[in-house]
Amino acid sequence: MSFKKRKLRQKSLADLAVNEEGILSRIDLPADVGGRLMELGFLPGHPVKAVRSAPSGDPRVYLVEGAEIALRRETSIHLILESE
Amino acid sequence: MPASQSGDAAKTGVAAGAPSAAAPTHRLVAIIGAPNCGKTTLFNRLTGLRQTVANFPGVTVEYHVGKAQLPRRHDVELVDLPGIYSLNARSEDERVSQAVLMGQMPGLRRPDGVILVLDSTNLSRHLSLAAPILALRLPTLIVLNLADDLRKRGGNVDTGALANELGAPVVLVSAATGEGVSLVARFLTGGIAVPKPVELPVIQDVPACRQWARDVSRDAGYEHPAPPVWTRRLDSVFLHPAWGPLAFLLVVATVFQSIFAGAQPLMDGVEALIGASGSWLRGQLPDNWVRSLLIDGAWSGVGSVVVFLPQILLLFLFIAILEDSGYLARAALIADRTMSKVGLQGKSFIPLLSAYACAVPAIMATRTIENKRDRIATILIAPFMTCSARLPVYTLIIAAFIPDRPFLGPVFRTRAAALLGLYLLGFTAAVLTARLLKSSVLKSERAPFVLELPPYRLPDPRSVGLRLLDRAKAFLKRAGTVILGVSVLLWILASIPPGKAGAPPIEESLAGTLGRAIEPVIEPLGFNWKIGIGLVTSLAAREVIVGTLGTIYGMEGEDNTAGLQAALQRDLTLGGAVALLVFFAFAMQCMSTVAVVRRETGGWTWPLIQFAYMGTLAYICAFAVNKLLG
Repeated sequence: MSFKKRKLRQKSLADLAVNEEGILSRIDLPADVGGRLMELGFLPGHPVKAVRSAPSGDPRVYLVEGAEIALRRETSIHLILESE
Repeated sequence: MPASQSGDAAKTGVAAGAPSAAAPTHRLVAIIGAPNCGKTTLFNRLTGLRQTVANFPGVTVEYHVGKAQLPRRHDVELVDLPGIYSLNARSEDERVSQAVLMGQMPGLRRPDGVILVLDSTNLSRHLSLAAPILALRLPTLIVLNLADDLRKRGGNVDTGALANELGAPVVLVSAATGEGVSLVARFLTGGIAVPKPVELPVIQDVPACRQWARDVSRDAGYEHPAPPVWTRRLDSVFLHPAWGPLAFLLVVATVFQSIFAGAQPLMDGVEALIGASGSWLRGQLPDNWVRSLLIDGAWSGVGSVVVFLPQILLLFLFIAILEDSGYLARAALIADRTMSKVGLQGKSFIPLLSAYACAVPAIMATRTIENKRDRIATILIAPFMTCSARLPVYTLIIAAFIPDRPFLGPVFRTRAAALLGLYLLGFTAAVLTARLLKSSVLKSERAPFVLELPPYRLPDPRSVGLRLLDRAKAFLKRAGTVILGVSVLLWILASIPPGKAGAPPIEESLAGTLGRAIEPVIEPLGFNWKIGIGLVTSLAAREVIVGTLGTIYGMEGEDNTAGLQAALQRDLTLGGAVALLVFFAFAMQCMSTVAVVRRETGGWTWPLIQFAYMGTLAYICAFAVNKLLG
């Protein structure tokens, strides 16, 4: 895979390693789903930290605003992080 | 009803001020808060045993109401609303809470006040619920719960400053220890001073609302407590790639073993009690049809179901402890991957496991699943799990038709293999049905799977006890109504037309006529009319067929189990016997389950679909088995 292509690819919550933190940029999901996630603390412009995985690797637990919320990979790939 | 002190009605978001002016009239106060904030613990503290459960009309959401324990002249009723994150009416819980607070819930008047419970250990997060609640302009008390936790972890908050920021009284409470609960009682009796109302911004936008919450908590001198160390430590074990699943299996095995084996002595005890009281009653009454109706009909019918009470309570004891300690969320997280393969989710796991004991408590346990479609799918497949009521039937038929030979090694023998096969059969049907449902009618809404992992806490014995009492009441109420009705109906069917000496011979009774009437329908399955009567009576509860067949073949008591087996061997071919097992594995032969599904899904649609689906599947499979083996 070319360097350029990799750079263009946006990093999502699902790409965070355990104990890695990122700033959420946007939620690529329908407004009602996005709204629900925002109420739970997944807010654009705010930090999200991957704290641990379920033993099978999915879902993964994220720390937002002091609360631990588990999301499946099918959801977390739509939560896009700000690029460095 | 206190006078609203809010000045300018045009500016929404002004916190309505005064609590009651100690009016001795009847008042209604709603308790609201996010999930896991200890709302129900506070409700239990305030009401104790003086609470009842009710269902809002037309929805499956349940709520508790109770009288607050206050000095005599105060009459305050409390409503415990479902846990919500916002008032945006996205979920049914939120719609219900909003409707209640707006006074739009039929059958419930608008509350005169609100107790908003917030988790003090994470105030900047939970405070955002205060904006929409205060905007309702009902007299509101803000309860910052889990004060003991906040202090232990080194957090702090200035309640006076927060009250001034919000224009509503704020108290710091620990519902679990009882600290500060008297302040809540004082609010209910109108004895709490109210700060000057302030104008709060109207916030529709979620990020803006969160920002407001952060600003307010900062201005109120909120010091965030240290992260819950013990929770992190426990999670590094319970969610460990190796130890996690092991602990999970251990918990599951303990629950399974307890509701199966541990409940047995208790169930035997209840059974003996019912038997003894029935005999005693029989001795006290004159020998006539009234006695027969009371004892052979009502008493033994209701008794055959009440026997399951210890099992149900034990199961709910486990569920309550698992849920209140925070482990249930971890179990759901671990099970989610596997459950998602059949289109379900982690929270369906415990209810489905419970269904191995009895589908009725399992269906009640689905209340922990917020996603409505996942919940209905779980309810629909739960009765496929091999419940304990099938065991007597399986045992009887297997013992009569399967020779006892070594199968896989000397310990695992043919009969055990047959029983295990029946368990697998039910499980397979459940999995395939789940797939079918989740890929068609119950395809998930767009709501994603979201699971909050609350910190681990010691379960509050009072709350656990109250919940057990709640479940026991619900179960006994059904036994006293639906089951009683069916039992009496069956007794009547078996007793008319009356013969010379009281009850007629079974084949001449209405039940016998009915059995013969359905014989053409069940004949292709390899069943005769006697089995037919058993199928009809076992609609009340599956194990009833054993008793019914015993009666029909003219035998009584356990001493004659061998005789009953011999009679069945004469009357059934091997094909018919296996068909009967398959029929019982699939058919929804249980009126209690039908009744509880109706209650939990809020209508007759789902239970009728389920009954028809399971019955059709049972008929087709039993037919195929009988033709193949017969």
